[in-house]
Amino acid sequence: MQIENIIFILIFVFAVSLFVINLRKIISNIKLGKDIDRSDNKRLRLRNMIRVAFGQSKMFNRPIAAFLHLLIYVGFVIINIEVVEIIIDGIFGTHRFLAHIINENLYSFLIASFEILAFLVLFSCFAFLARRNIIRIKRFFGNEMTSWPKTDANLILIFEILLMFAFILMNTSDQILQSRNIDHYITAGAFPISSLIVPFLDHLTTSSLIFIERFTWWFHILGILAFLNYVLISKHLHIFFAFPSTYYANLNKLGKFDNLDSVTNEVKLMLDPNADPFAAPQNQDQSNVRLFGAKDATDLNWVQLLNSYSCTECGRCSSVCPANQTGKLLSPRKVMMDTRDRIEEIGKLKDEKDNKSLLGDYITKEELWACTTCNACTDACPINLDPLSIIVDLRRYLVMEESAAPTELNNMFSNVENNGAPWQFPAADRLKWLDENK
Amino acid sequence: MESLKVRTISDFVNKGEKPDILFWVGSAGSFDDRAKKITRAFVKILNFANVNFAVLGEQESSSGDAAKRAGNEFLFQMQALMNIEILNSYEIKDIVTTCPHAYNTLKNEYSDLGGIYNVLHHTEFISKLLDEGKLKLNSKLNFKHLTYHDPCYLGRGNDIYDAPRKLIDALQIQFTEIPRNKRNSFCCGAGGAQMFKESENGDFEINIVRSREALQTNADVIATACPFCNTMMTDGVKNLEEGKTSVMDISELIAECL
Repeated sequence: MQIENIIFILIFVFAVSLFVINLRKIISNIKLGKDIDRSDNKRLRLRNMIRVAFGQSKMFNRPIAAFLHLLIYVGFVIINIEVVEIIIDGIFGTHRFLAHIINENLYSFLIASFEILAFLVLFSCFAFLARRNIIRIKRFFGNEMTSWPKTDANLILIFEILLMFAFILMNTSDQILQSRNIDHYITAGAFPISSLIVPFLDHLTTSSLIFIERFTWWFHILGILAFLNYVLISKHLHIFFAFPSTYYANLNKLGKFDNLDSVTNEVKLMLDPNADPFAAPQNQDQSNVRLFGAKDATDLNWVQLLNSYSCTECGRCSSVCPANQTGKLLSPRKVMMDTRDRIEEIGKLKDEKDNKSLLGDYITKEELWACTTCNACTDACPINLDPLSIIVDLRRYLVMEESAAPTELNNMFSNVENNGAPWQFPAADRLKWLDENK
Repeated sequence: MESLKVRTISDFVNKGEKPDILFWVGSAGSFDDRAKKITRAFVKILNFANVNFAVLGEQESSSGDAAKRAGNEFLFQMQALMNIEILNSYEIKDIVTTCPHAYNTLKNEYSDLGGIYNVLHHTEFISKLLDEGKLKLNSKLNFKHLTYHDPCYLGRGNDIYDAPRKLIDALQIQFTEIPRNKRNSFCCGAGGAQMFKESENGDFEINIVRSREALQTNADVIATACPFCNTMMTDGVKNLEEGKTSVMDISELIAECL
């Protein structure tokens, strides 16, 4: 084993450990959320995950973006087979390890398909950069798309472009070295894309080519390890979290909102003529007293927090939101981003507390009251995230814990309470429509 | 107009009879002047098809939808539990309603609280009556061209897109879809208790945007299937073109053809 391999192993172990540590941090942040039972209907959930996350079925409502995204997705998944070889080569100092153990034709086929996919990934990444920065598609902008979200989106694309370039250049120099019968560079692989670049590098000396091959090899694998860790602080986390988010997504009709059990208990007590109004509530565990609704990110359930980490800020939700599209402050994408930012912040506080909360410091009342609960956002989300449930939980806190609904809504509430209708008409008039035959 | 035959549930009980289905009129259908016309049109259809139905009358109360969407879960559950007690005491199993909000709440949200009913939206019920041959339609409509706005709580909320379109088919009239239709329908602006408050500051009103889309089909009439959508679209149309185009509930169009 050479010094090169030892350095590789050290970097590899470090990068993977860092990834695991930070991933566990995110998972522990998600676990700060309240419990919710999503252990039912396992088969249906699995089917949804396969269809929506793996099969990307909802992406195809926007065919151009879906097609480009599919190229990157397939490229990402399949080119990772090559990464396995690179890691083995890195650890053991071998070269093109897979070529030694699998059929020659199969190896050529694999390398050729990686190259074609790498080319398609490059094409898509450039197209995506153009959509964001030249065509400037409207949904990529918006108040919440401040400098970091925009930079993040471009960085991801540039990262991928550099990785693919390194991969293609590595193969270019490698095949020239193969043709020169240089020791170590065994003849293996087929290179439909990189062979086109050969004429431009052919005149270089063997030592220059070995340098390029080694440099791009290291650049490619170090880039991948860096990207792996970058994903955890980026919206790009959707490449992992889209799967659990679709698995644990709400299975009910979109119109159905959850009924708060804590409220059911209280209301049943109120309606029960035999109940003792002064009796201490049962199972009173102070640490477990749940607010009605949500004030901070930790009052949300873990699926909502998982959702916030899964959001890739594509903006499909806000681009169909009636409030957002008519110029109101509300943006469902911002709701997801704020939730993630806040739970990250809480995670960093450890056991301390700050005086901030999701409601107020991140999401304002004005945003919350603009929602028509039309479900356009939840329907539009390509990975079944549910910003609406967060909006409703925050509204519930405003109304039930702070009595802070807009005046007109308070009037509506008292009408319902006093005369059983949102308007001020007595129940005795409920059949009057019958007398008004015209 | 011939008088409508409507019996309350207590009338049924007093005579020792049972209705086949309960018509949940809803607060809008009982009190809102425009929605009352929809209620009457639907009853005309029920009468024509000799449906043995009851209404709760004074015993009906708000479904709690608006309170729930506004975040008042307490008030919603108070309403729900009281309504469930009444519905269960009359052993109601089947319910039809002209309001997609009541439909959604009664069907989806009462079930976990002990109220399990077979709930139909009136477009589903009328389409069933058509299938059973209980309605004979003669096209008597005095206009030529129709479009349809999908209410959120009927469409996206509960995946009901076909029933209203089947009724439109039965009207045998030129029909143009609004470009954003079915799943992609754009809200009228009333949901989530917005009906009862002023909207937040913005560039446009939601109902104006949606009404403009509907008017761009050049239809003479915009059909919808929700009393709240009806109000919002009527206001929007008035604002845009002083009300040359009218907004009608599908049941009103069916009733006109009886």
